[in-house]
Amino acid sequence: MYGSVSTHDIPAQAPTGLENEDPQLLAEFEARIARGEKIEPDDYMPALYRKQLIRMIEQHAHSEIIGSLPEGTWITRAPGFRRKMAQMAKVQDEVGHAQLLYSAAETLGKTREEMITDLINGKSKYSNVFNYPTPTWADSNVISWLIDAGAIVNQMANAKGSYGPYCRALERICAEESFHLKYGHDAVVHMATGTPTQRRMMQEALNRWWPPIMTFFGPADKMSQHTEILMRWKVKMASNDDCRQQFLDMYVPKILEIGLTIPDPKLRKNEETGKWEYTEPDWDELRRVINGDGPCNKERLAVRRAAEENGAWVRRALQAKQQAAKHVRPLA
Amino acid sequence: MNTTALKDLLYRLADDQLILGHRNSEWNGLGPILEEDIAFSSMAQDKLGHSLQLYTLLHNLGEAEPDTVAFTRNAPQFHCTQLVELPIGDYAFSLIRHFLYDHAELLRFQLLATSSYEPLAQVARKLKGELKYHVLHANTWVKQLGTSTEEAIEMLQTALNETLPYALGLFEKTEHEEAIIADGIFPGEDELKAQWLESISKVLAQTNLELPDLSTVAPVYGGRHGEHTEHLQPLLDEMAEVFRLDPTADW
Ligand SMILES: [Fe+2]
Ligand SMILES: [Fe+2]
Ligand SMILES: [Fe+2]
Repeated sequence: MYGSVSTHDIPAQAPTGLENEDPQLLAEFEARIARGEKIEPDDYMPALYRKQLIRMIEQHAHSEIIGSLPEGTWITRAPGFRRKMAQMAKVQDEVGHAQLLYSAAETLGKTREEMITDLINGKSKYSNVFNYPTPTWADSNVISWLIDAGAIVNQMANAKGSYGPYCRALERICAEESFHLKYGHDAVVHMATGTPTQRRMMQEALNRWWPPIMTFFGPADKMSQHTEILMRWKVKMASNDDCRQQFLDMYVPKILEIGLTIPDPKLRKNEETGKWEYTEPDWDELRRVINGDGPCNKERLAVRRAAEENGAWVRRALQAKQQAAKHVRPLA
Repeated sequence: MNTTALKDLLYRLADDQLILGHRNSEWNGLGPILEEDIAFSSMAQDKLGHSLQLYTLLHNLGEAEPDTVAFTRNAPQFHCTQLVELPIGDYAFSLIRHFLYDHAELLRFQLLATSSYEPLAQVARKLKGELKYHVLHANTWVKQLGTSTEEAIEMLQTALNETLPYALGLFEKTEHEEAIIADGIFPGEDELKAQWLESISKVLAQTNLELPDLSTVAPVYGGRHGEHTEHLQPLLDEMAEVFRLDPTADW
Protein backbone atom coordinates (compact mmCIF):
# COMPACT_ATOMS: atom_id res chain seq x y z
CA MET A 1 0.00 0.00 0.00
CA TYR A 2 -0.10 2.97 1.24
CA GLY A 3 0.27 6.55 0.51
CA SER A 4 2.33 8.82 2.56
CA VAL A 5 0.34 10.19 5.34
CA SER A 6 -1.13 13.46 5.79
CA THR A 7 -0.95 16.09 8.42
CA HIS A 8 2.64 15.28 9.23
CA ASP A 9 4.16 15.75 5.84
CA ILE A 10 3.62 19.44 6.30
CA PRO A 11 5.90 21.49 8.50
CA ALA A 12 4.16 23.06 11.44
CA GLN A 13 5.67 26.46 10.84
CA ALA A 14 6.90 28.26 7.79
CA PRO A 15 10.00 26.47 6.52
CA THR A 16 13.15 27.67 8.15
CA GLY A 17 16.76 26.79 7.60
CA LEU A 18 16.91 27.99 4.04
CA GLU A 19 18.96 30.96 5.23
CA ASN A 20 21.83 28.51 5.80
CA GLU A 21 21.75 27.27 2.21
CA ASP A 22 24.16 28.53 -0.41
CA PRO A 23 21.91 30.74 -2.57
CA GLN A 24 23.56 29.69 -5.81
CA LEU A 25 23.35 25.97 -5.08
CA LEU A 26 19.78 26.43 -3.99
CA ALA A 27 18.90 28.24 -7.18
CA GLU A 28 20.52 25.51 -9.30
CA PHE A 29 18.70 22.85 -7.29
CA GLU A 30 15.37 24.53 -7.87
CA ALA A 31 16.14 24.99 -11.55
CA ARG A 32 16.93 21.29 -11.92
CA ILE A 33 13.63 20.36 -10.31
CA ALA A 34 11.77 22.84 -12.49
CA ARG A 35 13.35 21.19 -15.55
CA GLY A 36 12.02 17.83 -14.34
CA GLU A 37 15.41 16.38 -13.40
CA LYS A 38 15.68 13.86 -10.59
CA ILE A 39 17.77 14.57 -7.51
CA GLU A 40 20.12 11.71 -6.62
CA PRO A 41 21.59 10.80 -3.19
CA ASP A 42 25.00 12.41 -3.75
CA ASP A 43 23.61 15.61 -5.26
CA TYR A 44 23.33 18.85 -3.36
CA MET A 45 19.98 19.23 -1.62
CA PRO A 46 18.77 21.70 1.02
CA ALA A 47 18.64 20.29 4.53
CA LEU A 48 14.91 20.96 4.64
CA TYR A 49 14.36 18.91 1.48
CA ARG A 50 16.33 16.01 2.95
CA LYS A 51 14.41 16.21 6.21
CA GLN A 52 10.99 16.32 4.56
CA LEU A 53 11.82 13.43 2.27
CA ILE A 54 13.14 11.24 5.05
CA ARG A 55 9.99 11.93 7.02
CA MET A 56 7.75 11.18 4.08
CA ILE A 57 9.48 8.02 2.82
CA GLU A 58 9.88 6.73 6.33
CA GLN A 59 6.18 7.23 7.06
CA HIS A 60 5.36 5.47 3.83
CA ALA A 61 7.62 2.53 4.77
CA HIS A 62 6.06 2.31 8.24
CA SER A 63 2.61 2.38 6.65
CA GLU A 64 3.52 -0.64 4.53
CA ILE A 65 4.85 -2.64 7.42
CA ILE A 66 2.10 -1.70 9.90
CA GLY A 67 -0.41 -1.97 7.06
CA SER A 68 0.58 -5.60 6.54
CA LEU A 69 -0.74 -6.43 10.02
CA PRO A 70 -4.54 -6.00 9.69
CA GLU A 71 -4.66 -8.04 6.48
CA GLY A 72 -1.96 -10.37 7.75
CA THR A 73 -4.18 -11.56 10.57
CA TRP A 74 -6.59 -12.87 7.90
CA ILE A 75 -4.03 -15.05 6.13
CA THR A 76 -4.65 -17.89 8.54
CA ARG A 77 -8.42 -17.52 8.10
CA ALA A 78 -8.72 -16.82 4.38
CA PRO A 79 -11.44 -19.06 2.94
CA GLY A 80 -10.09 -21.59 0.46
CA PHE A 81 -6.77 -22.20 -1.23
CA ARG A 82 -7.12 -19.48 -3.83
CA ARG A 83 -7.77 -16.70 -1.32
CA LYS A 84 -5.28 -18.00 1.19
CA MET A 85 -2.43 -18.00 -1.30
CA ALA A 86 -3.38 -14.64 -2.79
CA GLN A 87 -3.72 -13.03 0.64
CA MET A 88 -0.26 -14.30 1.58
CA ALA A 89 1.27 -13.02 -1.64
CA LYS A 90 -0.44 -9.65 -1.25
CA VAL A 91 0.68 -9.13 2.32
CA GLN A 92 4.17 -10.30 1.44
CA ASP A 93 4.32 -7.66 -1.25
CA GLU A 94 3.51 -5.00 1.32
CA VAL A 95 6.41 -6.09 3.49
CA GLY A 96 8.54 -6.00 0.36
CA HIS A 97 7.40 -2.43 -0.22
CA ALA A 98 8.54 -1.51 3.27
CA GLN A 99 11.91 -3.02 2.51
CA LEU A 100 12.25 -1.02 -0.73
CA LEU A 101 11.18 2.19 0.96
CA TYR A 102 13.49 1.81 3.94
CA SER A 103 16.31 1.38 1.45
CA ALA A 104 15.22 4.52 -0.42
CA ALA A 105 15.11 6.47 2.85
CA GLU A 106 18.51 5.12 3.87
CA THR A 107 20.03 6.87 0.84
CA LEU A 108 19.22 10.10 2.68
CA GLY A 109 21.26 9.12 5.72
CA LYS A 110 18.93 7.50 8.24
CA THR A 111 19.34 3.78 8.91
CA ARG A 112 16.52 1.25 8.93
CA GLU A 113 17.26 0.50 12.58
CA GLU A 114 16.86 4.18 13.48
CA MET A 115 13.61 4.42 11.55
CA ILE A 116 12.14 1.32 13.16
CA THR A 117 13.19 2.59 16.57
CA ASP A 118 11.35 5.85 15.89
CA LEU A 119 8.30 3.90 14.77
CA ILE A 120 8.21 1.84 17.94
CA ASN A 121 8.73 4.89 20.13
CA GLY A 122 5.85 6.63 18.43
CA LYS A 123 8.18 9.37 17.18
CA SER A 124 7.37 8.78 13.54
CA LYS A 125 3.94 8.12 12.14
CA TYR A 126 2.18 5.83 9.70
CA SER A 127 -1.09 5.96 7.82
CA ASN A 128 -3.97 6.55 10.21
CA VAL A 129 -6.23 3.94 8.58
CA PHE A 130 -4.25 1.06 10.05
CA ASN A 131 -5.31 2.06 13.51
CA TYR A 132 -8.81 0.82 12.77
CA PRO A 133 -9.83 -2.78 13.39
CA THR A 134 -10.53 -5.46 10.76
CA PRO A 135 -13.11 -7.58 12.57
CA THR A 136 -14.14 -9.66 9.54
CA TRP A 137 -12.79 -11.11 6.32
CA ALA A 138 -14.83 -8.50 4.47
CA ASP A 139 -12.92 -5.71 6.23
CA SER A 140 -9.70 -7.19 4.97
CA ASN A 141 -11.14 -7.23 1.44
CA VAL A 142 -12.21 -3.60 1.70
CA ILE A 143 -8.64 -2.67 2.64
CA SER A 144 -7.21 -4.71 -0.23
CA TRP A 145 -9.43 -2.93 -2.68
CA LEU A 146 -10.10 0.60 -1.52
CA ILE A 147 -7.11 1.43 0.65
CA ASP A 148 -4.81 0.08 -2.01
CA ALA A 149 -6.80 2.09 -4.55
CA GLY A 150 -6.24 5.22 -2.48
CA ALA A 151 -2.59 4.37 -2.16
CA ILE A 152 -2.25 4.07 -5.92
CA VAL A 153 -3.75 7.52 -6.44
CA ASN A 154 -1.21 8.91 -4.01
CA GLN A 155 1.76 6.95 -5.21
CA MET A 156 1.20 7.52 -8.91
CA ALA A 157 1.37 11.22 -8.13
CA ASN A 158 4.44 10.90 -5.94
CA ALA A 159 6.23 8.73 -8.51
CA LYS A 160 6.54 11.90 -10.55
CA GLY A 161 8.32 13.65 -7.69
CA SER A 162 11.87 14.92 -7.66
CA TYR A 163 13.82 12.40 -5.59
CA GLY A 164 15.19 9.64 -7.84
CA PRO A 165 15.41 6.69 -5.42
CA TYR A 166 11.88 7.32 -4.09
CA CYS A 167 10.42 7.62 -7.58
CA ARG A 168 12.06 4.40 -8.70
CA ALA A 169 10.83 2.55 -5.60
CA LEU A 170 7.33 3.90 -6.23
CA GLU A 171 7.31 2.73 -9.83
CA ARG A 172 8.03 -0.82 -8.74
CA ILE A 173 5.51 -0.55 -5.93
CA CYS A 174 2.74 0.79 -8.17
CA ALA A 175 3.15 -2.14 -10.54
CA GLU A 176 2.47 -4.53 -7.65
CA GLU A 177 -0.29 -2.37 -6.22
CA SER A 178 -2.27 -2.74 -9.42
CA PHE A 179 -2.34 -6.50 -8.78
CA HIS A 180 -3.55 -5.84 -5.25
CA LEU A 181 -6.29 -3.68 -6.62
CA LYS A 182 -7.46 -6.49 -8.92
CA TYR A 183 -7.26 -8.98 -6.09
CA GLY A 184 -9.17 -6.73 -3.70
CA HIS A 185 -11.79 -5.87 -6.27
CA ASP A 186 -12.34 -9.51 -7.13
CA ALA A 187 -12.69 -10.48 -3.46
CA VAL A 188 -15.15 -7.63 -2.78
CA VAL A 189 -17.22 -8.43 -5.88
CA HIS A 190 -17.45 -12.08 -4.85
CA MET A 191 -18.93 -11.11 -1.51
CA ALA A 192 -21.05 -8.19 -2.65
CA THR A 193 -22.73 -10.40 -5.25
CA GLY A 194 -22.71 -13.56 -3.15
CA THR A 195 -25.02 -15.09 -0.56
CA PRO A 196 -27.08 -12.86 1.78
CA THR A 197 -24.56 -13.47 4.58
CA GLN A 198 -21.70 -12.38 2.35
CA ARG A 199 -23.53 -9.30 1.12
CA ARG A 200 -24.38 -8.24 4.65
CA MET A 201 -20.77 -8.76 5.79
CA MET A 202 -19.46 -6.67 2.93
CA GLN A 203 -21.89 -3.80 3.40
CA GLU A 204 -21.12 -3.65 7.12
CA ALA A 205 -17.40 -3.63 6.42
CA LEU A 206 -17.77 -0.80 3.92
CA ASN A 207 -19.84 1.15 6.45
CA ARG A 208 -17.07 0.74 9.02
CA TRP A 209 -14.32 1.68 6.59
CA TRP A 210 -15.85 4.61 4.76
CA PRO A 211 -15.00 7.29 7.36
CA PRO A 212 -11.33 6.22 7.64
CA ILE A 213 -11.14 6.01 3.83
CA MET A 214 -12.35 9.59 3.57
CA THR A 215 -9.51 10.75 5.82
CA PHE A 216 -6.92 8.59 4.06
CA PHE A 217 -5.60 11.45 1.94
CA GLY A 218 -5.13 13.74 4.91
CA PRO A 219 -6.91 16.88 6.08
CA ALA A 220 -8.70 19.28 3.76
CA ASP A 221 -6.46 21.67 1.83
CA LYS A 222 -8.03 24.62 3.60
CA MET A 223 -6.49 23.29 6.82
CA SER A 224 -3.01 22.60 5.48
CA GLN A 225 -0.49 25.39 5.38
CA HIS A 226 2.88 25.94 3.83
CA THR A 227 2.69 23.20 1.25
CA GLU A 228 3.82 25.64 -1.39
CA ILE A 229 7.55 25.01 -1.08
CA LEU A 230 7.03 21.23 -0.89
CA MET A 231 5.02 21.40 -4.08
CA ARG A 232 7.67 23.54 -5.77
CA TRP A 233 10.35 21.03 -4.77
CA LYS A 234 8.14 18.21 -6.00
CA VAL A 235 8.14 16.51 -2.63
CA LYS A 236 4.39 16.73 -2.43
CA MET A 237 2.84 16.25 -5.85
CA ALA A 238 -0.89 16.57 -5.40
CA SER A 239 -3.02 18.23 -2.80
CA ASN A 240 -4.99 16.11 -0.33
CA ASP A 241 -8.31 17.31 -1.74
CA ASP A 242 -7.25 16.62 -5.33
CA CYS A 243 -6.32 13.06 -4.43
CA ARG A 244 -9.60 12.59 -2.57
CA GLN A 245 -11.59 13.92 -5.54
CA GLN A 246 -9.73 11.66 -7.94
CA PHE A 247 -10.36 8.65 -5.73
CA LEU A 248 -14.09 9.42 -5.51
CA ASP A 249 -14.28 9.91 -9.26
CA MET A 250 -12.73 6.55 -9.90
CA TYR A 251 -14.27 4.39 -7.19
CA VAL A 252 -17.70 5.65 -6.18
CA PRO A 253 -19.23 4.36 -9.46
CA LYS A 254 -17.46 1.02 -9.04
CA ILE A 255 -18.76 0.63 -5.50
CA LEU A 256 -22.34 1.44 -6.49
CA GLU A 257 -22.11 -0.79 -9.55
CA ILE A 258 -21.80 -3.92 -7.40
CA GLY A 259 -24.85 -3.05 -5.34
CA LEU A 260 -23.19 -1.61 -2.25
CA THR A 261 -24.30 1.63 -0.69
CA ILE A 262 -22.03 4.34 0.64
CA PRO A 263 -22.86 5.50 4.16
CA ASP A 264 -22.79 9.22 3.46
CA PRO A 265 -26.18 10.82 2.67
CA LYS A 266 -24.45 13.99 1.48
CA LEU A 267 -22.22 12.29 -1.05
CA ARG A 268 -23.00 13.56 -4.53
CA LYS A 269 -21.20 14.94 -7.50
CA ASN A 270 -21.99 18.58 -8.11
CA GLU A 271 -22.51 18.68 -11.86
CA GLU A 272 -21.77 22.40 -12.05
CA THR A 273 -18.43 22.37 -10.26
CA GLY A 274 -17.59 18.81 -11.26
CA LYS A 275 -16.58 18.21 -7.65
CA TRP A 276 -17.74 15.64 -5.14
CA GLU A 277 -19.52 16.96 -2.08
CA TYR A 278 -19.49 14.93 1.10
CA THR A 279 -20.00 15.08 4.82
CA GLU A 280 -17.02 16.82 6.33
CA PRO A 281 -14.82 14.07 7.80
CA ASP A 282 -14.06 14.26 11.50
CA TRP A 283 -10.65 15.93 11.34
CA ASP A 284 -10.32 16.02 15.11
CA GLU A 285 -10.62 12.28 15.16
CA LEU A 286 -7.97 12.01 12.44
CA ARG A 287 -5.61 14.13 14.50
CA ARG A 288 -6.33 12.07 17.62
CA VAL A 289 -5.77 8.77 15.83
CA ILE A 290 -2.56 9.88 14.12
CA ASN A 291 -1.25 11.06 17.44
CA GLY A 292 -1.74 7.68 19.02
CA ASP A 293 -5.29 7.52 20.28
CA GLY A 294 -7.00 5.28 17.73
CA PRO A 295 -8.69 1.94 18.41
CA CYS A 296 -5.64 -0.13 17.42
CA ASN A 297 -2.54 2.07 17.78
CA LYS A 298 -1.30 0.33 20.90
CA GLU A 299 -1.94 -3.13 19.53
CA ARG A 300 -0.15 -2.43 16.23
CA LEU A 301 2.91 -0.96 17.87
CA ALA A 302 2.97 -3.69 20.49
CA VAL A 303 3.16 -6.31 17.74
CA ARG A 304 6.00 -4.44 16.05
CA ARG A 305 7.82 -3.91 19.34
CA ALA A 306 7.50 -7.58 20.29
CA ALA A 307 8.84 -8.61 16.89
CA GLU A 308 11.84 -6.33 17.36
CA GLU A 309 12.52 -7.60 20.86
CA ASN A 310 12.06 -11.27 20.02
CA GLY A 311 14.31 -10.97 16.98
CA ALA A 312 17.05 -8.94 18.67
CA TRP A 313 19.25 -11.99 19.24
CA VAL A 314 19.17 -12.76 15.52
CA ARG A 315 20.21 -9.24 14.58
CA ARG A 316 22.98 -9.32 17.20
CA ALA A 317 24.22 -12.59 15.70
CA LEU A 318 24.17 -11.19 12.17
CA GLN A 319 25.99 -8.10 13.30
CA ALA A 320 28.68 -10.19 14.97
CA LYS A 321 29.10 -12.17 11.74
CA GLN A 322 29.31 -9.02 9.71
CA GLN A 323 31.85 -7.43 11.97
CA ALA A 324 33.88 -10.60 11.79
CA ALA A 325 33.71 -10.33 8.02
CA LYS A 326 34.82 -6.70 8.32
CA HIS A 327 31.67 -5.24 6.90
CA VAL A 328 30.82 -1.95 8.47
CA ARG A 329 27.17 -1.37 7.71
CA PRO A 330 24.81 -2.75 10.33
CA LEU A 331 21.92 -4.87 9.22
CA ALA A 332 18.63 -3.73 10.61
CA MET B 1 -1.56 -50.64 -7.51
CA ASN B 2 -2.81 -50.43 -3.92
CA THR B 3 -4.92 -47.25 -4.03
CA THR B 4 -5.63 -47.17 -0.31
CA ALA B 5 -1.91 -47.23 0.40
CA LEU B 6 -1.26 -44.58 -2.23
CA LYS B 7 -3.92 -42.29 -0.82
CA ASP B 8 -2.55 -42.76 2.68
CA LEU B 9 0.86 -41.60 1.45
CA LEU B 10 -0.60 -38.63 -0.42
CA TYR B 11 -2.55 -37.50 2.63
CA ARG B 12 0.58 -37.63 4.76
CA LEU B 13 2.51 -35.51 2.27
CA ALA B 14 -0.29 -33.04 1.59
CA ASP B 15 -1.29 -32.54 5.21
CA ASP B 16 2.33 -31.90 6.25
CA GLN B 17 2.71 -29.22 3.60
CA LEU B 18 -0.62 -27.57 4.32
CA ILE B 19 -0.11 -27.33 8.06
CA LEU B 20 3.51 -26.20 7.90
CA GLY B 21 2.62 -23.69 5.20
CA HIS B 22 -0.08 -22.34 7.49
CA ARG B 23 2.35 -22.12 10.41
CA ASN B 24 5.07 -20.44 8.34
CA SER B 25 2.57 -17.82 7.21
CA GLU B 26 2.10 -16.82 10.84
CA TRP B 27 5.54 -15.19 10.69
CA ASN B 28 4.03 -12.29 8.78
CA GLY B 29 4.94 -9.13 10.66
CA LEU B 30 6.88 -11.01 13.32
CA GLY B 31 10.20 -11.93 11.70
CA PRO B 32 13.53 -10.87 13.22
CA ILE B 33 14.25 -8.91 10.03
CA LEU B 34 11.91 -7.98 7.18
CA GLU B 35 13.79 -10.25 4.79
CA GLU B 36 12.81 -13.23 6.93
CA ASP B 37 9.14 -12.24 7.01
CA ILE B 38 9.32 -12.30 3.25
CA ALA B 39 11.26 -15.57 3.05
CA PHE B 40 8.89 -17.40 5.38
CA SER B 41 5.95 -16.05 3.42
CA SER B 42 7.43 -17.28 0.12
CA MET B 43 8.00 -20.71 1.54
CA ALA B 44 4.51 -20.75 3.02
CA GLN B 45 3.05 -19.95 -0.39
CA ASP B 46 5.09 -22.72 -1.99
CA LYS B 47 3.98 -25.21 0.65
CA LEU B 48 0.34 -24.28 0.25
CA GLY B 49 0.77 -24.69 -3.49
CA HIS B 50 2.43 -28.08 -3.02
CA SER B 51 -0.35 -29.31 -0.79
CA LEU B 52 -2.91 -28.15 -3.34
CA GLN B 53 -1.20 -30.19 -6.06
CA LEU B 54 -1.20 -33.25 -3.83
CA TYR B 55 -4.86 -32.79 -2.83
CA THR B 56 -5.61 -32.49 -6.53
CA LEU B 57 -3.99 -35.90 -7.09
CA LEU B 58 -6.22 -37.22 -4.31
CA HIS B 59 -9.25 -35.62 -5.91
CA ASN B 60 -8.37 -37.39 -9.15
CA LEU B 61 -8.37 -40.61 -7.14
CA GLY B 62 -11.94 -39.95 -5.99
CA GLU B 63 -11.45 -37.86 -2.84
CA ALA B 64 -13.37 -34.59 -2.29
CA GLU B 65 -12.37 -31.19 -3.69
CA PRO B 66 -9.11 -29.75 -2.30
CA ASP B 67 -10.94 -26.92 -0.50
CA THR B 68 -13.32 -29.36 1.15
CA VAL B 69 -10.53 -31.70 2.15
CA ALA B 70 -8.35 -28.92 3.54
CA PHE B 71 -10.98 -26.74 5.19
CA THR B 72 -13.57 -29.14 6.61
CA ARG B 73 -11.76 -32.07 8.21
CA ASN B 74 -11.08 -32.24 11.93
CA ALA B 75 -7.81 -33.09 13.65
CA PRO B 76 -8.31 -36.88 13.93
CA GLN B 77 -8.73 -37.01 10.16
CA PHE B 78 -5.37 -35.37 9.55
CA HIS B 79 -2.28 -37.41 8.70
CA CYS B 80 0.37 -34.77 9.32
CA THR B 81 3.22 -35.33 11.71
CA GLN B 82 3.02 -33.49 15.01
CA LEU B 83 6.18 -31.59 14.07
CA VAL B 84 4.35 -29.32 11.65
CA GLU B 85 1.42 -28.48 13.89
CA LEU B 86 3.45 -27.09 16.81
CA PRO B 87 3.06 -23.30 17.23
CA ILE B 88 5.75 -21.16 15.60
CA GLY B 89 7.45 -20.50 18.94
CA ASP B 90 10.59 -18.41 18.67
CA TYR B 91 12.58 -17.94 15.50
CA ALA B 92 15.12 -20.57 16.62
CA PHE B 93 12.42 -23.23 16.79
CA SER B 94 10.83 -22.23 13.50
CA LEU B 95 14.21 -22.21 11.76
CA ILE B 96 15.21 -25.61 13.13
CA ARG B 97 11.83 -27.09 12.25
CA HIS B 98 12.17 -25.68 8.75
CA PHE B 99 15.70 -27.13 8.49
CA LEU B 100 14.76 -30.60 9.71
CA TYR B 101 11.52 -30.77 7.75
CA ASP B 102 12.72 -29.41 4.43
CA HIS B 103 15.77 -31.67 4.28
CA ALA B 104 13.42 -34.63 4.66
CA GLU B 105 10.92 -33.19 2.20
CA LEU B 106 13.47 -32.52 -0.53
CA LEU B 107 14.86 -36.04 -0.25
CA ARG B 108 11.34 -37.47 -0.17
CA PHE B 109 10.40 -35.76 -3.40
CA GLN B 110 13.69 -36.70 -5.01
CA LEU B 111 12.83 -40.32 -4.23
CA LEU B 112 9.28 -39.82 -5.46
CA ALA B 113 10.51 -38.43 -8.78
CA THR B 114 10.90 -42.03 -9.94
CA SER B 115 7.70 -43.29 -8.33
CA SER B 116 5.78 -45.97 -10.18
CA TYR B 117 2.70 -43.75 -9.82
CA GLU B 118 3.44 -41.41 -12.68
CA PRO B 119 1.15 -38.49 -11.69
CA LEU B 120 2.96 -38.30 -8.35
CA ALA B 121 6.36 -38.67 -10.02
CA GLN B 122 5.48 -35.72 -12.24
CA VAL B 123 4.47 -33.52 -9.30
CA ALA B 124 7.60 -34.58 -7.41
CA ARG B 125 9.88 -33.61 -10.29
CA LYS B 126 8.33 -30.15 -10.26
CA LEU B 127 8.33 -29.63 -6.50
CA LYS B 128 11.85 -30.75 -5.79
CA GLY B 129 13.15 -27.73 -7.67
CA GLU B 130 11.35 -25.37 -5.28
CA LEU B 131 12.24 -27.42 -2.23
CA LYS B 132 15.91 -27.03 -3.09
CA TYR B 133 15.58 -23.33 -2.36
CA HIS B 134 13.88 -24.01 0.94
CA VAL B 135 16.76 -26.24 1.97
CA LEU B 136 19.28 -23.69 0.76
CA HIS B 137 17.55 -21.04 2.84
CA ALA B 138 17.53 -23.23 5.95
CA ASN B 139 21.18 -24.21 5.50
CA THR B 140 22.29 -20.61 5.06
CA TRP B 141 20.62 -19.50 8.27
CA VAL B 142 21.59 -22.53 10.34
CA LYS B 143 25.21 -22.11 9.27
CA GLN B 144 25.14 -18.37 9.76
CA LEU B 145 23.54 -18.35 13.21
CA GLY B 146 25.08 -21.64 14.25
CA THR B 147 28.57 -20.14 13.98
CA SER B 148 27.84 -16.71 15.42
CA THR B 149 27.25 -15.60 19.00
CA GLU B 150 27.15 -17.92 21.99
CA GLU B 151 23.60 -16.75 22.57
CA ALA B 152 22.44 -17.74 19.08
CA ILE B 153 24.24 -21.07 19.18
CA GLU B 154 22.58 -21.89 22.48
CA MET B 155 19.15 -20.92 21.18
CA LEU B 156 19.57 -23.15 18.13
CA GLN B 157 20.99 -26.06 20.13
CA THR B 158 18.05 -25.96 22.53
CA ALA B 159 15.64 -25.83 19.61
CA LEU B 160 17.43 -28.74 17.92
CA ASN B 161 17.29 -30.91 21.04
CA GLU B 162 13.63 -30.18 21.58
CA THR B 163 12.55 -30.53 17.96
CA LEU B 164 14.40 -33.70 17.07
CA PRO B 165 11.90 -36.15 18.63
CA TYR B 166 9.13 -34.54 16.59
CA ALA B 167 11.24 -34.52 13.43
CA LEU B 168 11.76 -38.27 13.77
CA GLY B 169 7.99 -38.52 13.69
CA LEU B 170 8.26 -37.63 9.99
CA PHE B 171 9.40 -41.20 9.37
CA GLU B 172 6.57 -42.90 11.23
CA LYS B 173 5.33 -45.86 9.21
CA THR B 174 1.73 -46.74 8.62
CA GLU B 175 0.21 -50.16 8.00
CA HIS B 176 0.63 -49.47 4.27
CA GLU B 177 4.42 -49.19 4.34
CA GLU B 178 5.10 -52.60 2.77
CA ALA B 179 2.53 -52.12 0.04
CA ILE B 180 3.94 -48.71 -0.86
CA ILE B 181 7.42 -50.19 -1.22
CA ALA B 182 6.25 -53.35 -3.01
CA ASP B 183 4.32 -51.29 -5.56
CA GLY B 184 7.35 -49.12 -6.25
CA ILE B 185 5.47 -45.99 -5.19
CA PHE B 186 8.05 -44.95 -2.61
CA PRO B 187 11.20 -46.71 -1.34
CA GLY B 188 10.11 -46.36 2.29
CA GLU B 189 10.64 -44.35 5.46
CA ASP B 190 13.81 -46.19 6.57
CA GLU B 191 15.57 -45.35 3.34
CA LEU B 192 14.45 -41.73 3.60
CA LYS B 193 15.51 -41.43 7.22
CA ALA B 194 19.01 -42.73 6.46
CA GLN B 195 19.47 -40.20 3.69
CA TRP B 196 18.07 -37.41 5.86
CA LEU B 197 20.44 -38.17 8.71
CA GLU B 198 23.39 -37.95 6.37
CA SER B 199 22.11 -34.76 4.82
CA ILE B 200 21.49 -32.81 8.05
CA SER B 201 24.70 -34.12 9.62
CA LYS B 202 26.75 -32.63 6.81
CA VAL B 203 25.33 -29.17 7.43
CA LEU B 204 25.46 -29.37 11.21
CA ALA B 205 29.11 -30.40 10.98
CA GLN B 206 29.84 -26.93 9.60
CA THR B 207 28.37 -25.27 12.69
CA ASN B 208 28.95 -25.26 16.43
CA LEU B 209 25.77 -27.27 16.89
CA GLU B 210 25.74 -30.88 17.96
CA LEU B 211 23.32 -33.47 16.73
CA PRO B 212 22.19 -35.54 19.73
CA ASP B 213 22.79 -39.28 19.47
CA LEU B 214 19.64 -40.46 17.73
CA SER B 215 19.62 -43.79 19.58
CA THR B 216 18.87 -41.80 22.74
CA VAL B 217 15.99 -39.87 21.21
CA ALA B 218 12.47 -41.33 21.36
CA PRO B 219 10.52 -40.34 18.23
CA VAL B 220 7.12 -38.72 18.70
CA TYR B 221 4.74 -40.86 16.68
CA GLY B 222 0.97 -40.74 16.26
CA GLY B 223 0.42 -37.98 13.72
CA ARG B 224 0.25 -40.37 10.78
CA HIS B 225 -2.56 -42.17 12.59
CA GLY B 226 -4.62 -39.13 13.51
CA GLU B 227 -3.19 -38.58 16.98
CA HIS B 228 -2.30 -34.95 17.35
CA THR B 229 -1.19 -32.36 19.86
CA GLU B 230 -3.69 -29.96 21.37
CA HIS B 231 -2.45 -27.38 18.85
CA LEU B 232 -3.89 -28.86 15.66
CA GLN B 233 -7.63 -28.48 16.23
CA PRO B 234 -7.44 -24.76 17.10
CA LEU B 235 -5.32 -24.23 13.98
CA LEU B 236 -7.97 -25.97 11.87
CA ASP B 237 -10.78 -24.02 13.51
CA GLU B 238 -8.98 -20.79 12.69
CA MET B 239 -8.29 -21.89 9.13
CA ALA B 240 -11.96 -22.72 8.56
CA GLU B 241 -13.44 -19.77 10.46
CA VAL B 242 -14.58 -17.86 7.39
CA PHE B 243 -15.07 -20.88 5.14
CA ARG B 244 -17.61 -22.29 7.62
CA LEU B 245 -19.58 -19.03 7.98
CA ASP B 246 -21.48 -19.91 4.85
CA PRO B 247 -20.66 -23.31 3.39
CA THR B 248 -22.85 -22.58 0.35
CA ALA B 249 -20.86 -19.47 -0.54
CA ASP B 250 -18.24 -18.98 -3.19
CA TRP B 251 -15.53 -16.88 -1.60
FE1 LIG C 1 2.16 -1.53 -0.67
FE1 LIG D 1 -0.92 -3.03 -1.69
FE1 LIG E 1 4.83 -11.35 -3.58
